[in-house]
Amino acid sequence: MHRYIPNTDADKKLMLDTIGVKSTNDLFIDIPEEIRLKRSLELGKSISELELSRHMKELISKNNGTDELTCFLGAGAYDHYIPSIVKHLAMRSEFYTAYTPYQAEISQGTLQVIFEYQTMICNLTGMDVTNASMYDGPTACGEGAVMACEATRRKSVVVSKTVDPEVRKVVKTYLQLRDIAVIEVDMAEGVTDVEKLKNAVSKDTAGVIVQSPNFFGIIEDVTEVEKITHDNKANFIMYVDPISLGILKKPSELGADIVVGEGQSLGNQLNFGGPYLGFLAANSKLVRKMPGRIVGQSQDLDGKRAFVLTLQAREQHIRRYKATSNICSNQGLNALMAAIYLITMGKKGLREVATLTTKKAHYAFNEITKSGKFKPVFNKPFFKEFVITSDIKANEVNKELLKDSILGGYELEHNYEELENGLLMCVTEKRTRQEIDGLVRIMEVL
Amino acid sequence: MNSKVLEDLLYSKDHEWVKVEGNKAYIGITDYAQHALGEIVYVELPAEEDEFSRGDAFGVIESVKAASDAYIPFGGTVVEVNEALEDSPEQINQLPYESWLVAIEIADESELNDLMSAKEYEEFCSKED
Amino acid sequence: MKEYNQLIFEASKEGRKAYSLPECDVDMASVEELLPSEFLSDEELNLPEVSEVDIVRHFTLLSNKNYGVDTGFYPLGSCTMKYNPKINEDMASLSGFSTLHPYQPRETVQGALEVMYNLDKMLAEIAGMSKMSLQPAAGAHGEMAGLMIIKAYHEKRGDLKRNKIIVPDSAHGTNPASAAVAGFDVVEIKSDENGGVDIESLKAVLNDEIAGLMLTNPSTLGLFEKNIKVIADLVHEAGGLLYYDGANMNAIMGICRPGDMGFDVIHFNLHKTFSTPHGGGGPGSGPIGVREDLVPFLPVPIVEKQDDGYYLNYDLPHSIGKIKGFYGHFGVMVRAYAYILSMGAEGLKEVSETAVLNANYLMNRLKSHYKIAVDQICMHEFILEGLKENTLEVTTLDLAKRLLDYGYHPPTIYFPLIVDGAIMIEPTETESRETLDSFVNAMIKLAEEAKEDPKLLKEAPYSMPVRRIDEAKAAREMVLKWSK
Repeated sequence: MHRYIPNTDADKKLMLDTIGVKSTNDLFIDIPEEIRLKRSLELGKSISELELSRHMKELISKNNGTDELTCFLGAGAYDHYIPSIVKHLAMRSEFYTAYTPYQAEISQGTLQVIFEYQTMICNLTGMDVTNASMYDGPTACGEGAVMACEATRRKSVVVSKTVDPEVRKVVKTYLQLRDIAVIEVDMAEGVTDVEKLKNAVSKDTAGVIVQSPNFFGIIEDVTEVEKITHDNKANFIMYVDPISLGILKKPSELGADIVVGEGQSLGNQLNFGGPYLGFLAANSKLVRKMPGRIVGQSQDLDGKRAFVLTLQAREQHIRRYKATSNICSNQGLNALMAAIYLITMGKKGLREVATLTTKKAHYAFNEITKSGKFKPVFNKPFFKEFVITSDIKANEVNKELLKDSILGGYELEHNYEELENGLLMCVTEKRTRQEIDGLVRIMEVL
Repeated sequence: MNSKVLEDLLYSKDHEWVKVEGNKAYIGITDYAQHALGEIVYVELPAEEDEFSRGDAFGVIESVKAASDAYIPFGGTVVEVNEALEDSPEQINQLPYESWLVAIEIADESELNDLMSAKEYEEFCSKED
Repeated sequence: MKEYNQLIFEASKEGRKAYSLPECDVDMASVEELLPSEFLSDEELNLPEVSEVDIVRHFTLLSNKNYGVDTGFYPLGSCTMKYNPKINEDMASLSGFSTLHPYQPRETVQGALEVMYNLDKMLAEIAGMSKMSLQPAAGAHGEMAGLMIIKAYHEKRGDLKRNKIIVPDSAHGTNPASAAVAGFDVVEIKSDENGGVDIESLKAVLNDEIAGLMLTNPSTLGLFEKNIKVIADLVHEAGGLLYYDGANMNAIMGICRPGDMGFDVIHFNLHKTFSTPHGGGGPGSGPIGVREDLVPFLPVPIVEKQDDGYYLNYDLPHSIGKIKGFYGHFGVMVRAYAYILSMGAEGLKEVSETAVLNANYLMNRLKSHYKIAVDQICMHEFILEGLKENTLEVTTLDLAKRLLDYGYHPPTIYFPLIVDGAIMIEPTETESRETLDSFVNAMIKLAEEAKEDPKLLKEAPYSMPVRRIDEAKAAREMVLKWSK
């Protein structure tokens, strides 16, 4: 008998009697003999909590996390500060052991949390509507591009090469399987080449995707891109860093029709790449093209305010093969953490995080490039990431840094051949002057 | 279910009613259809001058629990769209036979021959139940 | 308990705060001087200003308006709402896992890669498959990836006209939606009276345009597809592949394996079968598995092992590409891995045996008051068609809403679509006989109430934080965010 199975042998006997069969085997008579597994699964024996903990501790002894290493690595996943209350509240099991809130009366907690999350995502991005969250930033971007195609009935999307390569890969997968063409536009000096973009966008273009701050950390001037996009009646899709919205202009002010991004920075752990959450917000006229769950406000029989999943007729369980997407879950728990984070930081705090991050990133940039050993690759305004290069191979730099328990930057040549020896460094509000100075000292003597 | 059927209209198997005026016809959904859908919360209608062939989906009618495509029972061109429904879709529940969705200029009047009379439609519905 | 009906925005007060950040320790100019003004927002952020204690009470009171597996019995059919062991949460939150950056050098993440490698092996063994990809974020995402593999397989063979996927009418809504997303036309086939695949209907649609068949086994009616071998042979003979929707895997672990039934591609739901919490809607995790010759098509990267340790292999020549950022929901994988280790081979088999026993026991005890959709021995779940003596007035929805007043989360309702007014009950193995008996008593009481006082059910629930909600109002008015 296993500890997670409460029925005793006596219970089981009584239950079998009630059913009117002799043994549990009799309940499996429908399974033909020829396909039965005639041996035990090769999974080993059940182990106790103590053995499990020991095994896991042995495994983590082979890892070095950002709790041990000083992290200057970003490139889509970020080491921002997470207030203590996030985990305490998110770990209330009334939240995390609940299912999707289909039965609204018994799920008002989850539903109100999502409603508050939606409100804050809309306020941050300036957009009219958003959903209850997507799997992650890259898939949110893929779904956003599909939305643009549905809304315009066009089958081509233009993507700037300054968009995170990981995001572009996923977008390509999502679009190619729907026979939507993906046109990538080169960069010039670390930002989208507007002239090339202009040539790529046409009356067949459903959407144009630009990231800002882009993959290199540079804040893109999207004025021209927005104009070109809308002149061709395409949708302007912006991929944004939610922390940067603490100080930067809202995508709505920049003319975005669809705003997507990775929400991990909002109170979610790095977790070796997941689970995170993607956000997807849009103009109100696109609401019925939106994938995923949406919570709306209504009232109950007594006229009391109540929340409920709404616009469900877009979704797969009703529309089946005609649904806007096949997505059937959201990142409920991660959206809860994002909501707690945004509320905790609040009006002033998010701005302060973004401000501290900007200052420290610029301090690090100045210090690293001071002696000339490491040179800046682009000369453009940036937020928390910047690109440097030197005569030394990027992986050699990182190897040396790791010896001093420093997690160096992202090695760019994997994705951008032209950026040989290039390192994408990231500095968040968590890094101290001492840590930055320490990094610089080691880099200087390489 | 006891649904209202009007005498002087034609009906499709997709539970639409058709009111012919010269070479133009108004299309709506029947009382039976609005009952089946439940509370209607949204309609998506085509634009004027859109052309459709028989059997094409020309719009979507959405209730809380269902979304159903509206199929055109004969080919033609959209000449009028009942835009008032976009703001108050519940009219379809309240007055199904007054809430026309679109008016179509009929391309081929022989396609009307496949529609049912009121009596035939009543029988058709009784079998559906 | 005191009623709570406040949005956090309504509690906001200028000047309050809940955050603390260190003072800036670098001597730098202001943001306005560091960045061009045209990029900077000149508006204040529209976020609340509240204190830490405000937030803690807000979320605590909201959690009181929720119901989880930890609150009580949650017999949602097809969702496998089993108990989520606490130790798994501890393991996933170990900082040696939770603080790993996905792009760290491989030598600093060997333990994490080992978890993925081991979990891959275990899931492949349970499935009877060669290799898994842990990348899909949820079941529906796994379906999409699996179907892409099927598409890529046919294309690689130069067989370009296979653009149709067969889906039974009893399938989960995600099946046809995923097929459409993956660029296939959907061919729906009718089920037989027991919810199984109708062999004649299947034969009628099989031809050289069929890429594959998607199937859940046990079916969504909770019955094992006895003819699975025949079905598999028919589809394979016609040149198609078989996709296994693992939603109902909790019924057959250690007893039989999708691979041995003839399936070529499968997905599991770690959040169902392998006890990872549902999180109020997610995160899930939907690993896919394939037979040997389909391994080159898996999404990249896959975890492999060589002499100097584990690594992420991006070099799969026929890969369908990347379907998600990074490597999947690692945090969820840790929980599932801990669960499988805790259960062991015998434990998992006992899970399935007990899940099936619990379902049959419940079904037998409910028989006298409710119509059973298919009255025969079931697997891990079964479907009620409604009350035995139907008063017509009382709908499945009314029964579900009234059940809330008895302190239970209602079963899945109106699914599968092939049963009118379906009530789909899946008790899982983690519920005791006492819990099942109490639930039966509540269901019997409900049946009596339906006979004596239907109006009582029509307006239920009465004991929840809110009463029945006007869904049409929500959809028409579309208030999707708070504003002053």
